[in-house]
Amino acid sequence: MRAMVYRGPYRIRVEEKPMPRIEHPNDAIIQVKLAAICGSDLHLYHGMMPDTRVGHTFGHEFIGVVHEVGGSVQNLKVGDRVMVPFNVYCGSCYFCARGLYSNCHNVNPNATAVGGIYGYSHTCGGYDGGQAEFVRVPFADVGPAVIPDWMEDEDAVLLTDALATGYFGAQLGDIREGDTVVVLGAGPVGLYAARSAWLMGAGRVIVVDQVPERLEKARTFAYAETISFRETPDVVVRLKKETDYLGADVVIDAVGAEADGNLTQLVTGTKLKMQGGSPTALNWAIDSVRKGGTVSVMGAYGPIFSAVKFGDALNKGLTLRMNQCPVKRQWPRLFEHIRNGYLKPSDIVTHRIPLEHIAEGYHMFSAKLDGCIKTLVVPEGA
Amino acid sequence: MSHTPYVADKPQPRETSDQLRARIPGWGADLDPADRPAVPRERYDPGASGARWAFPDRQEDAAGRERSIEHAIVTPVFGTSCPTKGVSGVVRRYAYRRFSEGRAAHWLLLMAADRVDVVESTLGSVMSRHPNNPAVESGLRSELTGHPVASRRGRSDWRHQVLDPAVVAGPWAAGALGAALGTRAVLRRLRGR
Repeated sequence: MRAMVYRGPYRIRVEEKPMPRIEHPNDAIIQVKLAAICGSDLHLYHGMMPDTRVGHTFGHEFIGVVHEVGGSVQNLKVGDRVMVPFNVYCGSCYFCARGLYSNCHNVNPNATAVGGIYGYSHTCGGYDGGQAEFVRVPFADVGPAVIPDWMEDEDAVLLTDALATGYFGAQLGDIREGDTVVVLGAGPVGLYAARSAWLMGAGRVIVVDQVPERLEKARTFAYAETISFRETPDVVVRLKKETDYLGADVVIDAVGAEADGNLTQLVTGTKLKMQGGSPTALNWAIDSVRKGGTVSVMGAYGPIFSAVKFGDALNKGLTLRMNQCPVKRQWPRLFEHIRNGYLKPSDIVTHRIPLEHIAEGYHMFSAKLDGCIKTLVVPEGA
Repeated sequence: MSHTPYVADKPQPRETSDQLRARIPGWGADLDPADRPAVPRERYDPGASGARWAFPDRQEDAAGRERSIEHAIVTPVFGTSCPTKGVSGVVRRYAYRRFSEGRAAHWLLLMAADRVDVVESTLGSVMSRHPNNPAVESGLRSELTGHPVASRRGRSDWRHQVLDPAVVAGPWAAGALGAALGTRAVLRRLRGR
């Protein structure tokens, strides 16, 4: 089969790999029909995630058709059109029993600090991902779901991570009616978080980024006010002024490890990999939220230490809430929102590319060329 | 004169809830936390996931699979992409066997092994039918079609992207320089004999 493979920092290619096989009775093999490149894939692409091996296939946002099932699979059959959450999870461990599917303890021998994620290095379990023609999906009775007939493929693939994560991030903010919500980052997850903040009753939503077309999308898709930090000498002061010098009630970090805005953090955290990412957005969140406010983090960071302004968080009495999103928990409510017309996930898709061109797709997304916000990947014959 | 951060009242929102509801599709649909699927964070409901097992069947071939020493066992299910091999594999196995996730050495060794892996695979690719092609693998062709100048206008990060070639090529250039200097030193010593 054809699959994207990692060759080293900033280098990937498509090559022939052996077909995945059933390795556990509850496995399924999915023929991928549509995948996406996620902002967090760029952390792997840039060589920031420990134990990212040459030959690994990325991709944790994908949908497809069931090609084969293991002997104990009951909930899926060959030919089903399915969406697969980015979490690999067993459904039965201490954490899964409490709905913390992203923290499953039974799927990642390489680390206890993170659950299992498709195509996201051996630190997340060593599972090949869905930027390929076929992919192995463990616990097929637990994770995947049959896509409703009324749902379009492009909306379904965005539910496997980006939309669910953005919606989850807004929930972590514990937003109350009339709250001022700041979202740092106008990538796909930030756009969805900003849009979701309104569902929870926000009174104002302000999105901070520096890429003009992303800020424009924040205004048109997410109905948000916008601030370009490139045009703002001090984004924290600007946010304080916007909030009557009180600070926002909730700040959401939808940037994660590759934040720009502070050269020292960028060089040490992102370029030289001396930190688990550049925590500039997280520090801005801590400083711009009001005392007693809530910082929600679902931008992804690596497992190495980062230079976070923890003292400010302590002294301001902040609530810091974060996790990888337990995707499937979000689906029933998100399905309702899509059916009601409150959300149209595919409105942010800017590019659709064949799998064979994925190296160009990664560079375009990484360098933010051609107005790229969200890229979908279509395997040959899908 | 009262000033918001110094008095008890919260600033008045610019728009009322009714105005927002009229302007933004779905505004307030999840106003009640009970409608939010992630609230409360933990909900004990073992039957909700669809799992029919208390402990899953164990995947075969777990023997020898590297694992964090913070795990008691190799987990019942695990990924099988890219098993450890070569010098990078030795370093990775040492990192897993010797250091917990709480130790910086664990992660720094894994990062170092990643770089060794790239060198090993590059050397291996020279002998293969499908050698590395950095020009294609870097996807730089999208610079030709992706409006590289206009796309970077109005952004500060284009200056930082200038660092990327140095970050990617720098270690290779340093390695090549080191190899050249080493070779020259050996040759000089041999000639001097």
